[in-house]
Amino acid sequence: MTLKLPIYMDYHATTPVDERVLDAMLPYFRENFGNAASRSHAFGWSAEEAVEKGREEVAKLIGAVGKEIVWTSGATESDNLAIKGIAEFYKDRGNHIITAVTEHKAVLDTCKRLEKQGYAVTYLPVDSDGRVNPQAVAKALTDKTILVSIMLANNEIGTINPVDEIGALVKARGAFFHIDAVQGIGKIPFDVNQSHADLVSLSAHKMYGPKGIGALYVRRKPRVRITPMIDGGGHERGMRSGTLNVPGIVGFAKAAELCRLEMADESSRVLALRERLRKGIEARIPNTVINGSLEHRLPGSLNISFAFVEGEAMMMALKDVAVSSGSACTSASLEPSYVLRALGVAEEMAHTSIRFGLGRFTTEAEVDYVIDLVASKVKKLRDMSPLWELAQSGVDLKSIQWGAH
Amino acid sequence: MAYSNKVIDHYENPRNVGSLDPGEPDVGTALVGAPACGDVMKLQIKVGKNGVIEDAKFKTFGCGSAIASSSLATEWIKGMTVDQAMSVKNTQIVEELSLPPVKIHCSVLAEDAIKGAIADYRKKQEHRQEERSENAA
Repeated sequence: MTLKLPIYMDYHATTPVDERVLDAMLPYFRENFGNAASRSHAFGWSAEEAVEKGREEVAKLIGAVGKEIVWTSGATESDNLAIKGIAEFYKDRGNHIITAVTEHKAVLDTCKRLEKQGYAVTYLPVDSDGRVNPQAVAKALTDKTILVSIMLANNEIGTINPVDEIGALVKARGAFFHIDAVQGIGKIPFDVNQSHADLVSLSAHKMYGPKGIGALYVRRKPRVRITPMIDGGGHERGMRSGTLNVPGIVGFAKAAELCRLEMADESSRVLALRERLRKGIEARIPNTVINGSLEHRLPGSLNISFAFVEGEAMMMALKDVAVSSGSACTSASLEPSYVLRALGVAEEMAHTSIRFGLGRFTTEAEVDYVIDLVASKVKKLRDMSPLWELAQSGVDLKSIQWGAH
Repeated sequence: MAYSNKVIDHYENPRNVGSLDPGEPDVGTALVGAPACGDVMKLQIKVGKNGVIEDAKFKTFGCGSAIASSSLATEWIKGMTVDQAMSVKNTQIVEELSLPPVKIHCSVLAEDAIKGAIADYRKKQEHRQEERSENAA
């Protein structure tokens, strides 16, 4: 089989829609196009039936029941709805929220907005392996804490947080626990009861479903209340008005079903490919550093710094491979990745990081091609790197007085 | 980031990558930028007796535009007199490579590198003059 270029290794950003998912969706664009809120005819009934079946299927993947699933447009909306919804509804109970510095912007920026409205937010640091320490959560909890929001797995480095332990501590103090589970769901086992989660954000397009559909799990026993952000027809039991995206929901449900049935096999296959990539790179290229815990990591994630080679230049060199970088040059802000900085990764190393994301359709041939390409391009770029030249001649780069920039 | 074809050309076929011996009296060396900022350029010039830049070399740690800016800078200053090279402006580099606003600092760094290499060369020359006049006296 010949290799098809470009190669996709950015599965954290999004995933292709599985053919089986697309097949399940198509009838809901065609003959079953009805509005799930139409109660008076067969078109509506058929749409509603698909939506309710979808709820059960998505719930099953996380150990929940269908009535606890609220459909949204995606995880950004789910994060906003969970955090703002709890903050507003329970404002008489307290005004303190706990989260971590490595969370997704959808969580961090939502918290920042709440700070402007008078809420107090604690942004917990992470350990050098990129994980939130449960004891740090325990110490931060106060009588005023109404919500703790911690992600299941990190989008940049793939590290997995000990959410079960954190959830138990949060529950013991009577606060609500929200988990942004976008990156972990469908890749590692997750259960809303084991993790003591009250709210969980999900997104279909990170698990081989379509874009534009997500969900928020909202616990019913004991009942968790949220103030809606979008007012209107009172859909989703008043928590999220708006006509439902029926084909999206059907696709999300099919994607969830496939993950539930195939996760165990798929994870071990993807992990083997990830390890092949990691070992191949480490064997061929000196001076590389893995960012974040290798042990507590999603199977398809590899975030690696190639010392003395700037990340964006590296991505240009890997033009036939879709990856991403923590380098400043990939962002408008010119600041290197806040996640890597939170781990204590030096700025100069953060600039050299590349994130590889492997998934369902990654092949061994692709991995081998990428290893060869990375090895040759790192060599080329190091040959033109003044830092590599200095380091090779024994100069300690820290001994040089660098200019301000 | 969508780059111009000229940036891509310089990035893929960089001109004048390499090093000159910084110990030579007719070689000027500059090392500008900082690893923590994601850009470091080393630019060197070799100046002939007539004040013309005979050779220029660079090595750059940085993004595609940083590499292209330094590659273009070495290409331009080869054959210029030192005084002509002093007047190369970062805006000319921005224009030639169609750099987007967020990448203008790469061109600034390249201008700094040219000026730094010339300053280093001139310092060496003054030093030699002093030595010569001391020897004469």
